[in-house]
Amino acid sequence: MGTHPTFAGPAGLKSAGPASWSRSLLRRLRNGDEVAHLITLIFAASILLVTAMVVYQLWIHSAESRAHFGWNFFHTSIWDPVFDKFGAWPFIYGTLVTTGVALLIAVPLGLGAAIFLSELAPPKLSSSLSFVIDLLAAVPSVIYGLLAIFTLVPLMSGTIQPFLKRTLGFLPFFQGPAYGYGFLTAGIVLAVMIVPFIISVSREVLLAVPRDQREAALGLGATRWETTWKVVVPHARTGILGSVFLSMARALGETMAVTMVIGNAPKVSASLFSQGYTIAAVIANEFTEATGGLHVSALIELGLVLFLLTFVLNGLARLLIVLTSRRGAGVANT
Amino acid sequence: MKLRTVWRKFLNGFMLSLTGACALITVSALFVILGYLAWNGAGNLHWSFFTKLPVPVGETGGGIAHAILGSAKMLALAAAIGIPVGLLGAIYIAEFASPVPAFLVRYATDMLNGVPSIVIGLFAYTEIVLKMHHFSAYAGGFALGVMMIPVILRSCEEFLRAVPRSLREGAMAVGASKSRTIATVVIPAAAGGILTAILLALARVAGETAPLIFTAFGNQFWPRGMGEPTASLPVVIYNYAISPYDDWHRQAWAAGLVLLGLVVVVNLLTRMLLLRRTAMGR
Repeated sequence: MGTHPTFAGPAGLKSAGPASWSRSLLRRLRNGDEVAHLITLIFAASILLVTAMVVYQLWIHSAESRAHFGWNFFHTSIWDPVFDKFGAWPFIYGTLVTTGVALLIAVPLGLGAAIFLSELAPPKLSSSLSFVIDLLAAVPSVIYGLLAIFTLVPLMSGTIQPFLKRTLGFLPFFQGPAYGYGFLTAGIVLAVMIVPFIISVSREVLLAVPRDQREAALGLGATRWETTWKVVVPHARTGILGSVFLSMARALGETMAVTMVIGNAPKVSASLFSQGYTIAAVIANEFTEATGGLHVSALIELGLVLFLLTFVLNGLARLLIVLTSRRGAGVANT
Repeated sequence: MKLRTVWRKFLNGFMLSLTGACALITVSALFVILGYLAWNGAGNLHWSFFTKLPVPVGETGGGIAHAILGSAKMLALAAAIGIPVGLLGAIYIAEFASPVPAFLVRYATDMLNGVPSIVIGLFAYTEIVLKMHHFSAYAGGFALGVMMIPVILRSCEEFLRAVPRSLREGAMAVGASKSRTIATVVIPAAAGGILTAILLALARVAGETAPLIFTAFGNQFWPRGMGEPTASLPVVIYNYAISPYDDWHRQAWAAGLVLLGLVVVVNLLTRMLLLRRTAMGR
């Protein structure tokens, strides 16, 4: 694939005279290989350019805010566009809390489902169920938001939050009035949204665990569950961790569904019933209305924070997933 | 000893059924979503919904034709950006590139794929809205196009690589140049896969709301050119859903059903295409 059968190479060109050089260039152009190579190269390079431009634009357009607030931006809590005071802590807090709630629900659920799909379900059933789960991942975020506003929010304020308050109300997490809108509701919606990612990646790394590992454990007299939990899952744990990071990055950047159910109030409260705000939600809500340069700049700096967070998490996730699939292959080969 | 065996058997059965329950809960979530949308949305779907403009609050009737048209326009622009860049980029890394540039392009693509959609919206805002000084379908379409690139590139690359070596060697052996081999043998062999990749990417960006709010913004009228604020299906769903009016809520349900129906149909269609292809391959 790598070499061109009719092309002499650059070393051969230099020794030839200018006349034969232009003739060979003409021949190469007519041949089309160099042209095709060049055109595809230009388009591929444009991807590098776009990615670099994303970083560059976020960086220069947040310059005003970065210069004005410095590190205080991250740990002050007053967000007041009228007086040009911008502290991002409530948004960072809200983003972390909703993501945390989502992971607490989605990781056990997703891992359980992935184990079922890879270890128990017959291949045909597993593949159709995986398709349904992929479909769940394809449902647009705004649809989740729409459903959550009209079904989950009333359910939370009417039934679930009063119930939690009665039973676990002594904990600081389940106190205060039950609005329905808030951290807990947003976390639950996020959990449903990221579960498909955990399942599909975890299922793949579990399936990549070599068969003989399972057979050895079963042969020693372990039950199916012991084989799965003590042999298969530990073997795939880096990849599973990768899937968790991947879905965490999704949850951090998720905008619409969260914006629609979190209540959009920049509060820092230990109670999960409290209304809050996330980075993505404040950008979505305030960007069109931002008039002052500093306000726009602060919002873009929030975008930069979000970009960096997801960049690091995605990088870690890819590394972990590559590591497991390599190790799996290595064990299978020996 | 006996007790321990009983306990192990119980734990085995219990935990395994628990994993089944996890799978059941997740899968049923999709059917709950589909069912609930159909239940609430179907009653509000009528012909005028697709052909009429919105009417002022308080009057009943009216439709979201402007948003459907707006979405179509922005998707066309997105396709004009995403398909050539994604496909040609995939051809570059699958056919021409040596390992280092291929790694770089793939890395940048993965990075772009991981960027939250709202940040892509900020990028389109700084690149286009700031320079044009107003919201436009260009900016919205550009944002969606950027989001399509990584989706198309990674799946097209896979489909190109799946074309058997023997096919390429056959073409080269009868004297075809490399570019000719790619154009007349490799791409036709991967055409089904490439088509599904494009369809899936379109379905994915069709539902994106966050990058459109402050790029294409919205509008209540027929969109004229590309250069003015334009409504889109997902943004209309968002605006109607958070509004206080019951009539708008009903329209949001109906629009949601249309959007989700589109996504589900495209996904089913591509799955059928792929299944038939693999079946024929055998």
